[in-house]
Amino acid sequence: MQDLIRVLTPLPVLLPLLGAAGALLVGRHPHLQRAVSITVLSGVLGVSVALLFLADAQGATSVSIGGWPVPLGIVLVVDRLSALMLVVANTVTLGVLVFAVGQGVADGDETDTPLSIFHPTYLVLVAGVSNAFLAGDLFNLYVGFEVLLAASYVLLTLGGTAGRIRAGVTYVVVSLLSSLLFLAAVGLVYAATGTVNMAQLAVRLGELPAGTQLLLQSMLLVAFGIKAAVFPLSAWLPDSYPTAPAPVTAVFAGLLTKVGVYAIIRTNTLLFPTGALDDVLLWAALATMVVGILGAIAQTDVKRMLSFTLVSHIGYMVFGVALGTTAGTAGAIFYVVHHIAIQTTLFLATGLVERHGGTTNTEKLGGLAKASPLLAVLFFVPAMNLAGIPPLSGFIGKLGLIEAGVAEGGVGPYVLVGGAVVTSLLTLVAVARVWGRAFWRPRAVDTAEDDVPAVRPAAGTATTTEQLQRTRLPRTMVAATAGFVTVTVAITVFAGALYGVADRSATDLRDRTPYVEAVFGSGEVP
Amino acid sequence: MIPTIVLPVVIAGLYAAGVYLLLDRSLTRVLLGFLMLGNATNVLLLSAGGAAGIAPILPVDDESAISDPLPQALALTAIVITFGISAFVLAMIYRSWRLVREEVVQDDAEDLRVATREEIDADERDPEELDPADRGPGDGLSVEAATPSDDVGLGLAGAIEAENESAEARAVGEVGRTRAGGGPDEEGAR
Repeated sequence: MQDLIRVLTPLPVLLPLLGAAGALLVGRHPHLQRAVSITVLSGVLGVSVALLFLADAQGATSVSIGGWPVPLGIVLVVDRLSALMLVVANTVTLGVLVFAVGQGVADGDETDTPLSIFHPTYLVLVAGVSNAFLAGDLFNLYVGFEVLLAASYVLLTLGGTAGRIRAGVTYVVVSLLSSLLFLAAVGLVYAATGTVNMAQLAVRLGELPAGTQLLLQSMLLVAFGIKAAVFPLSAWLPDSYPTAPAPVTAVFAGLLTKVGVYAIIRTNTLLFPTGALDDVLLWAALATMVVGILGAIAQTDVKRMLSFTLVSHIGYMVFGVALGTTAGTAGAIFYVVHHIAIQTTLFLATGLVERHGGTTNTEKLGGLAKASPLLAVLFFVPAMNLAGIPPLSGFIGKLGLIEAGVAEGGVGPYVLVGGAVVTSLLTLVAVARVWGRAFWRPRAVDTAEDDVPAVRPAAGTATTTEQLQRTRLPRTMVAATAGFVTVTVAITVFAGALYGVADRSATDLRDRTPYVEAVFGSGEVP
Repeated sequence: MIPTIVLPVVIAGLYAAGVYLLLDRSLTRVLLGFLMLGNATNVLLLSAGGAAGIAPILPVDDESAISDPLPQALALTAIVITFGISAFVLAMIYRSWRLVREEVVQDDAEDLRVATREEIDADERDPEELDPADRGPGDGLSVEAATPSDDVGLGLAGAIEAENESAEARAVGEVGRTRAGGGPDEEGAR
C-alpha cells in the first residue's frame, strides 16, 4: 500500500506537465489535442480519487523526490486535506475542459480560446495547482504558485484584446507583488530556522521568539491573503476575472483563490498553531463577507456580481480557519469543497447565458426562463445553493461554520455568526435579482401592450422569446454544465461522508503529529 | 561569523526604489519596479544563508567553512521565474501600446459606470429616463449618437469616451481592436 502511494503521489504533477508537452506537440491537430488533454485529466482525476481513499484509510504519507533523504530533498506530502483538495480540483478542471472543448467545437475557427495555446497552458495550470496542494516544503509551494500563476496570466489574456490586457495588467501586477512577498517570507523563514521543510518548520518555528513568529506569520498570511482575495487585499479580483473567456473565469473563480485558502489553512494549523493572528483574521473575514456582498448587490453584470460573491464567500472559509478549533477548520474545509464546485457551476451557467442572450448585463437580458427552461434550472439550482437554501450543500456548510462559531463563543465569533447569516441573506438578494431580471422578466416585444418595463436586448440578438427559443446551445457545453449541477447536488447527498473526511482532516491538522511523522517517521525531528 | 552591513543596505535600497516605481501608473516603470523588487528579494535569499564562505563543492576539508548552498539554489530558481514573468509583462505592455497607444494602467469602465450611477435599482425606472451611459454600450438604440459632451453628470465617463475616440483615430489600421471603454458584454455581443 505504501509503495502504491509512493508511485501515485507525483503523478498529479507529472501527468499534466507531460500532457502539456504532448498537447503542444500535436498543436496542429485539434482533435488529437483535445483527446490528449481529456485523457490526461481523466487519468489525474483517477489518481486523485485513489489517493484520497488511500490517504483516508491510512493517514498522511510523504514521498522524497529523486530519492534524496529528508530534509535535503523535495518532499511531496499527501494527507487527507491535500488528497481531498486534489480530487475536487481535478473534478473541476476536467469538467471545465469538457465545457471549453464544447465551446471550441461549436465556434470552429472563430473561437474565443485559441486551441493550440489553450490546452497546454490549461494543463500547466493543473500541474501548478496539484503541486501547490502536494508541496511538503515552503519553496516548493512557492514554485507551485508560480507555475499556476504563470499559466493563469496567459489564460487571462488569451487573444490579447484591449479589455483583457487591461484586466490582465491589474491581475499580473498584484500577483507579482504577492509572489515577491511570499518569496521574501520564505527567505526570512530560512534565515530564522535554517530549513524550508514544512514538517521541520512545524517544530523549529515554535522555538523562535514570539515577535519573530508574528512577523513571519503575518508576511505569509498577507501573501496568501492577496491570492485568496481576503479583504482588504481583494480589490483586484472583480476587475480582472470577468473579462476572460467563460471556461477560464470558471476555473479561476473555482480554484485559484482556494489554493490561497489552502495555504492559509496550512500556515495557521501546521506552521503557526498558536493562533496569534486569529483575531485579526476573524475581523478580516467579517469585512470580506460584508464588503464583498455589498459590492455584489451593486452590480448589473452577472459575471461581476458572481466575482463579488466569490470574494464575499472567501470570508466564510477564513472565518472557519480563524476560529482555531477543529470544528471551525472542518467547516472551512467542507465550505472550500462546496464553494469550488458551486462557483465554477455558476460561471459556466453564466457562460451559457452569455451565449444565449448575447450579454451578461442583467439590464439587457430577459425571458430566458421561457426560452430555455433547461438553462433556467442549470442556473437556479447552484444559485440557490450559493445562497444557502436548505437542504443544499451551501446550507450544510454555513450551518457547520455557524455551529463552530457558536460553540467557540465570545464577542468576535458571535458577531461573525451574525455577519455570516446577513451575508447569506444578501447573497440570496443578489442572485434573486439576476434570476428575476434575466430569467423571469419578459423580453421587449412580448410586452408591447403591457405596462411591464421592456427589456432592451443586446445588439444582434433575438428580440422576442420565440426567436430566442430557436437559438440552440451546443450540447457538450450544456452537458458539462449539467454534469456540474449534478456534482453540486451530489455534494449535498453525500455531505455526510464528505463532512466526515473534512472532520478527520481537521483533526489531523490540529494534531499536527500525523504530518510531521509522515515526513520524519516517529523518531526525533532533526 | 560577522554579519555584513552591505547586504541589508543594498536590500533596503532596492526595495525602496522598487516600491516607488511600482506605484507609478506607467507600465514600463511598474516592470522596472518589479525587477528591482525581484533583485532585492534574491539578495535577501542570498543573505539568508549567512556569511559567505568557500564554494560548496565536495569534498572539502573543513565543512564549516563552506557557504550554505540552499539559498543559492533558491535564488537561482527565483531568478529564472522572474525572468520568465518579466518577458510576459513586456509582451503585455507592448500589446497594450499597440491597442490603445497607452502604456499606463487604465480605468475600469464598468467600475466607473457603477460608481457614477445615480440610482441603483433600475427596475423602478423607465429606461427612457435613464442617462444614456447607464444603459451600457451597444443596447440596440441610438444611444451612441449622443455626444459625450452632453453627459453633464458623467464627466469621467465622457472623458473616457472622448479619449477612446481620439485613440481610435490614431490607431488606424488596427485589426480586431475593441474599444477600451467597452464592458465585457460588448465582447460577448460579437
